[in-house]
Amino acid sequence: MVEQTGLDIAALREAAIRAIADSADLSALDQVRVRYLGKNGDLTALLKQLGTLPAVERPAAGQSINRAKIEVQAAVDERRAFLEQQVLAQRLAAERIDITLPGRGQTPGGLHPVTRALRRIEGLLAGAGFIVVEGPEVEDVYHNFEALNIPEHHPARAMHDTFYFDADRLLRTHTSPVQIRVMEQQAPPLKVIAPGRVYRCDSDLTHTPMFHQVEGLLVDEAVSFADLKGVLYDLLTSFFERDLELRFRPSYFPFTEPSAEVDIQCVMCGGSGCRVCKQTGWLEVLGCGMVYPEVFRHVGIDPERYLGYAFGMGVERLAMLRYGIDDIRLNFDNDLRFLRQFA
Amino acid sequence: MRFSEAWLREWVNPPVDTRQLADQLSMAGLEVDAVEPAAAVFSGVSIGLVRAIAAHPDAAKLRVCEVELGRDEPLQIVCGAANVAEGMKVPVAEVGACLPGDLEIKQARLRGVDSFGMICSAAELGLAESSDGILSLPADAPLGEDLRVWMDLDDACIEVDLTPDRGDCLGIAGLAREVAVINQAPLETPAIEAVPPGCDERVPVQLVAHAACPRYVCRVIRGIDATATTPIWMQERLRRSGVRSIGPVVDVTNYVMLELGQPMHGFDLAQVDSEIRVRMAAAGESLALLNGEEVTLLEDTLVIADAGRAIAMAGIMGGADTGVGAETRDILLESAYFAPRAISGKARLYGLHTDSSHRFERGVDPQLQVRAIERATRLLLDLVGGEAGPLVEAVSEPDLPRCEPLRLREARVAQILGIELSSEAITDILERLGMAIERLDDGWRVTPPSARHDLVQEVDLIADVGRIHGYDRIPISHASSTAVARATPEAGFDLDRARLTLVDRGFHEVITYSFVSPEMQSLVEPDAPTLSLSNPLSSELSIMRTSLWPGLLQAARYNQARQQPRVRIFESGLRFRPSVEGLLQETGIAGLVMGGAHPEQWGQTTREVDFYDLKADVEALLAPSGSPSPSRFDFVPASHPALHPGQTARIEVGGTPVGLMGMLHPSLATELDLDGNALLFELDIAALTTAALPKYEPISRFPGIRRDIAILVEETIAFDRVADCIRAEASDLLRELVLFDVYTGENIDSGRKSLALGLILQSSSKTLTDELVEDVMGRILARLASELGARLRD
Repeated sequence: MVEQTGLDIAALREAAIRAIADSADLSALDQVRVRYLGKNGDLTALLKQLGTLPAVERPAAGQSINRAKIEVQAAVDERRAFLEQQVLAQRLAAERIDITLPGRGQTPGGLHPVTRALRRIEGLLAGAGFIVVEGPEVEDVYHNFEALNIPEHHPARAMHDTFYFDADRLLRTHTSPVQIRVMEQQAPPLKVIAPGRVYRCDSDLTHTPMFHQVEGLLVDEAVSFADLKGVLYDLLTSFFERDLELRFRPSYFPFTEPSAEVDIQCVMCGGSGCRVCKQTGWLEVLGCGMVYPEVFRHVGIDPERYLGYAFGMGVERLAMLRYGIDDIRLNFDNDLRFLRQFA
Repeated sequence: MRFSEAWLREWVNPPVDTRQLADQLSMAGLEVDAVEPAAAVFSGVSIGLVRAIAAHPDAAKLRVCEVELGRDEPLQIVCGAANVAEGMKVPVAEVGACLPGDLEIKQARLRGVDSFGMICSAAELGLAESSDGILSLPADAPLGEDLRVWMDLDDACIEVDLTPDRGDCLGIAGLAREVAVINQAPLETPAIEAVPPGCDERVPVQLVAHAACPRYVCRVIRGIDATATTPIWMQERLRRSGVRSIGPVVDVTNYVMLELGQPMHGFDLAQVDSEIRVRMAAAGESLALLNGEEVTLLEDTLVIADAGRAIAMAGIMGGADTGVGAETRDILLESAYFAPRAISGKARLYGLHTDSSHRFERGVDPQLQVRAIERATRLLLDLVGGEAGPLVEAVSEPDLPRCEPLRLREARVAQILGIELSSEAITDILERLGMAIERLDDGWRVTPPSARHDLVQEVDLIADVGRIHGYDRIPISHASSTAVARATPEAGFDLDRARLTLVDRGFHEVITYSFVSPEMQSLVEPDAPTLSLSNPLSSELSIMRTSLWPGLLQAARYNQARQQPRVRIFESGLRFRPSVEGLLQETGIAGLVMGGAHPEQWGQTTREVDFYDLKADVEALLAPSGSPSPSRFDFVPASHPALHPGQTARIEVGGTPVGLMGMLHPSLATELDLDGNALLFELDIAALTTAALPKYEPISRFPGIRRDIAILVEETIAFDRVADCIRAEASDLLRELVLFDVYTGENIDSGRKSLALGLILQSSSKTLTDELVEDVMGRILARLASELGARLRD
């Protein structure tokens, strides 16, 4: 149609489109673009020749050339998109890795199972408003025994297998002296827990000379044994994350009355009887009771006005039940093959 | 306390089975530790009479017995026991019987003679650990009766682990009272009547130490037959209570102790010189005890003495000289109340623990002595004959524990237990427990029975009410008590966070004993004063640690010996340091690393961990403790006996030491058999607790400019000095200083090192011009040159 003008627009367009299709990569494509559409490109040159045409032909030829330019530009864009896609695909293919190779760098360590259990207990009790307090491990006879209503020669004192330094200093045999220290320093209401190491002069298959306890103490104007049952029920069922039966057995501690030992339904067998619970279906996990008036008197709290409850539990025992550890001594061998299991 | 269920059931027989009974006891606070059958399983054993004995034709030691079982024809049984005799009643296992240990009795031919069963010893029936011959049954044992039935062997031995306050349950009588209360069942107390004196001999008693012994009852029994044997029923009850049968006098005193809870003692009267004096031991006085030991008595030990010497350690053990033996004709029977305070601790002090001391320490019923001696007298007269003298009772009434009445407020019961009980329910429980009660306006006046010396305060009564009502029937309450919110400080060292930081950096937490061996202590901190246990389990565990390092080194060694060459461990806990102000008990956190810096992996070459690896861990611990400035912590060259002298840093905050880190001294590593370099740190938590809260500073709107320089300095110049110098000159324009290379070697003069530094400069108020930056850099280089002799690297 425009051939009559003497300008071979169609042929040029065809050649350009062929060249575009033939361009193998983005730089080749760019050369083709410059050759046809650039400032000095062939199609651009055609426009410059318009002036040589008769005036009547010019508008039609001009339109033709512009149409061809648009078509060629479209072909370039299309080809570019295709080539870019191809480059990306090649890059993606080249960058494929074995994602099953292990990650680089440090592998995490872990907390000791006793700490793990302790943090859990602390967390649960903190949620119930208990504040963590600490006390010395080298204690005096007064705080460890006398203030807790365990006078010299009391059979309970003999049962404690105490490590002594001299006549007055010893390694605390329980976390209960922290109760005394807190009550000496702070006025009620009190709501504290005291976690920590305790020591007994005893070492065999089921005893280590050092272990951990958590002591809980609440002192307020209206506190009952029923409240104590409530807090321990919540604590133990939350700790084990299951609805456990609890059994409060009357017992004796010189610093509480009434006193109880608390058994939970065996978490190993569900109460049907196994080796861990010695076929009884029950596991003793803690001791507790209402603070004995004598103890309040020792620290100058009026036992008529205030009541309190206290409880103490062995952390190793709870950790062992929770994680299925069957020998208490493993806790202190610090064998990495053991510790890694709690990472 | 171990007891026979059948014995208990003679006193109280509630309609519950053994398992229920055991549960009831446990839930009443008398914890049952074990329930065991009284006898091993056997069957087919009945009571026979040895009619005739003939010698075995072919074996000198065997005899052929004709045994009658009260039915059919007598059995022919070949027996090897020396004590078999005509007319003896014996246990006979017939053919088909099954003895303990799955031993089935079959018809046998022993050296040509047929034997149709076996005559059994106590051991063969599982009734004794060993036996000397066959078991001789009493003449009145019913012929042909099943032995299990006749001996009541389908009984259970119940072991209760009593708490120290419940001394009243150290006897069948006390246990039976509890069982009766729990079950609301009638209690059959055996009648105990005064034995009329058959002679009037008496031994006078003087209570010299009347506070320690407020009541001493005794009586003479003349003309006993100490060779009599204890009847089987009594032997069995003793056995089922875990007490060995020794001889009739001792057995009877033990029997009464098990039954009523009153420990008693029998002296050979012939060895007692004229009188009984209950007194404290004299200094240096010695006493040969029944167990064969000779002890030198301490002056605070209560003794029973005659006119001349101590003859028993009161309430603990009798003396050997006055012990009752087979030749004893006359005895002096003792039933006393010793104050717990006089006995407790003493048995332990002498390394003795007896059934008697166990009871006196926990408190015997102070009103029981006469009843007990009458009971024992009756049993003894029945068993060994003789004539009893009149009771002699010395008593110091004012020293006897008084059963003070206690006031019990009804409202207090509900307040403490958290359950409303009717007054009827409360009084019913108290009365069943044997308390005398009297109504008051707001409650009751309650007098506990004399055996319950554990009831001394109102709350003790409330506890008993709760116990008998049942702890399981007290509701669960979620009444929230006052929440006591006390804020924990935000700034400062968070130990829990520190632990997790280390865990995230590949450390495992260990927990080691707080006591260490003297060897370990002297390796790690040879000069530190220490605190030693006076009664350690072993010398390995005898010194309180002054540092956490001994435990970590021990753990590293333990693991290295178990093919764990890469160790990254930490511990937190108290260290115990004697000082002039007394013992310091301070929390520390410490770590040890050795082996590869990273776990062996494909992407990194394996490299042994070094000082700077651990330093990064330590810096990570210190970073969150509240300070925005990295220069807050200084690592200062230091020395420590356990560390490499060239790789030891003291960590300081504003000049105050807060910790130490470094490489384990190579000679210590050798001594401890550790392969490779171990690096250690320890931080003092208390010293780190004072820190500032983060404080916001506006972020500069102006661009920062980075200039990199490489400088050469003497190798001995610490990087800190370079950094300090730059910071001082750049002042607040320096946003960040990055050390990106440290180089020594080729192209560097020996003795010098090249440090490549990136300085990021930024102003909070303007865009920095090139001129300004060039000026600052020029001043920095000039200062580095003049202070440290540094020059730009070409």
